[in-house]
Amino acid sequence: MHTPDIEREVRSFVITNFLFGQPLELQPEDSLLAGGVIDSTGVLELVDFLEERYAIKVEDAEVIPDNLDSIRNIATYVAKKISCVV
Amino acid sequence: MQVEQFLENSATQHPDKVALISGSERLTYRQIDDEANRLAHALIASGVKRGDRVVTFLPNSVEAVLAIFATLKAGAAFVVLNPTTKPDKLTYILNNCRASAMITWGGRLFSDPTGWIETPHLHSVFVLGANEAQAAAVQSAGKKLIRLEEVRQGTKDAQSPAKKCIDIDLAALIYTSGSTGRPKGVMVTHLNIVSAATSITTYLENTADDVVINMLPLAFDYGLYQLLMMFKLGGTLVLHDSFAFPNVVIEKVIREGVTGFPIVPTASAMLLQMDLSKYSFPKLRYITNTAAALPIEHIRKLRALFPQVKLYSMYGLTECKRVSYLPPDQLDVRPASVGRGMPNEEVYIVDENGDRVGPEVIGELVVRGANVMKGYWELPEETDRCLKPGPLPGERVLYSGDLFRADEEGYLYFVGRKDDIIKTRGEKVSPREVEDVIYSLEGVAEVAVIGVPDPILGNAIKAVLTLHPGAQVTKQDVLRHCSARLEDFMMPKLVEFRVSLPRTESGKISKRMIAEDHQNSSHAATNV
Repeated sequence: MHTPDIEREVRSFVITNFLFGQPLELQPEDSLLAGGVIDSTGVLELVDFLEERYAIKVEDAEVIPDNLDSIRNIATYVAKKISCVV
Repeated sequence: MQVEQFLENSATQHPDKVALISGSERLTYRQIDDEANRLAHALIASGVKRGDRVVTFLPNSVEAVLAIFATLKAGAAFVVLNPTTKPDKLTYILNNCRASAMITWGGRLFSDPTGWIETPHLHSVFVLGANEAQAAAVQSAGKKLIRLEEVRQGTKDAQSPAKKCIDIDLAALIYTSGSTGRPKGVMVTHLNIVSAATSITTYLENTADDVVINMLPLAFDYGLYQLLMMFKLGGTLVLHDSFAFPNVVIEKVIREGVTGFPIVPTASAMLLQMDLSKYSFPKLRYITNTAAALPIEHIRKLRALFPQVKLYSMYGLTECKRVSYLPPDQLDVRPASVGRGMPNEEVYIVDENGDRVGPEVIGELVVRGANVMKGYWELPEETDRCLKPGPLPGERVLYSGDLFRADEEGYLYFVGRKDDIIKTRGEKVSPREVEDVIYSLEGVAEVAVIGVPDPILGNAIKAVLTLHPGAQVTKQDVLRHCSARLEDFMMPKLVEFRVSLPRTESGKISKRMIAEDHQNSSHAATNV
């Protein structure tokens, strides 16, 4: 799976679950936390989604802004994880 | 003593000590005091007077800390709002307290003038990082716009403004959920804060050597007091903005040599999901929990994870800040207790006639002390319902609205609320406030909001609703509507549609029956 596809899916998940279908002006690089899009329990839901959808294990140490705080970071992180799995 | 003197005294005693670590900034007491003085002069120059209310609407940041102390130095009372507060509620609070100034940031600023025109008492907006459209909107509504960056970069006016207040003046309004659905401003005087901060730092044995991390919003009194208590003693506060990335918090705890770690049950649940065995916390001296009781299982696991750390179970109300704490040596003896009254405070349990009851009898908890609030801002009837005559003529004590029992040795056990306020993520949510928002959604006929047990949140908010015939409303519609109007912690997690809602014999919607239905269905789901 390619990064742009993952990015599209993650964006759709974020919009459905955290913005309830209202895309606002969410740019791929925007900080989800600083923008008030997700909060601490939102991060847990996001991790559950990523683990289930992409069959990866998100380690505690990987739950950091560099991996999960923007749609682009998430897509890049997931792509890297998938390539490790394969 | 006045609260801004916490900072001023520490700036005199420890001028070059790091007082605040926030993001990449590290500020000494002298730097913070100088900057707060400059902002205080700017507030006064904008027209803020003794006794005015000044709203701080900012994420956890250096600017939020400066705003709080500058407001006090200007002789005004600070009103800190959760940065996820939505426009309708922000406008309501600005008008309810008739704030004369607001200190805020571009992230959530109204970008059209309408929002500003609806706040006639507000004359000045101090803002960090506003764009041109936002700045123009403020100014076109006839309000002064002062850029916080310019005040912070200034070099003049580093002396503290002359003191105008006394210690029974208002220091803060802390807005809390009310059972009527509208938030109430808890009136807190300087004396209230000094008393509560003194009692708490006494039992936590805090000193200037303490380094406390705070990731809770400063709008929440538990978060706010971490700042106030560290500044009172000349300690160091590590200010963080959330617990969304627990690893980041844990690494800060280790890197900054944190000695005090305040948590709520939601944070504890998240910590316990992590593998912390690779870390060690040699400097960590204590963990505190309040807002809602920690499950006994959490207590056991936290103690295993942090064997050398003192764990304090505490209980409080915004109306008196803190009620009780359990001395850590009692944790094994009575893990379900929230302890006893803190130093310089009396707590007791009364029956429906207001008479004190003996051990093991359930009654309402009453709090007596200099930490008890002055009342709810401009709500005399609600104030009279919770501040009632005490032992001395003319004295008023706080009726908590919480049912408790005490054991033979006087240790307290929480039994339940007298009203239907929901505790979620450690914060209080009025079901009525959430219901009012959902009722304003087109197509909704009836709604009942209840709290249901949740392993992470303590209680999750569940909305059960019926629709008008033919209405098309989805769960997403409900959540989207709520997210534009409610703070994050008030958002329903569960939404259920029904054909009708169960009713009591008198015809009222029965939340008890709805809660029972939920319990039965979740048991059924577990048994599948």
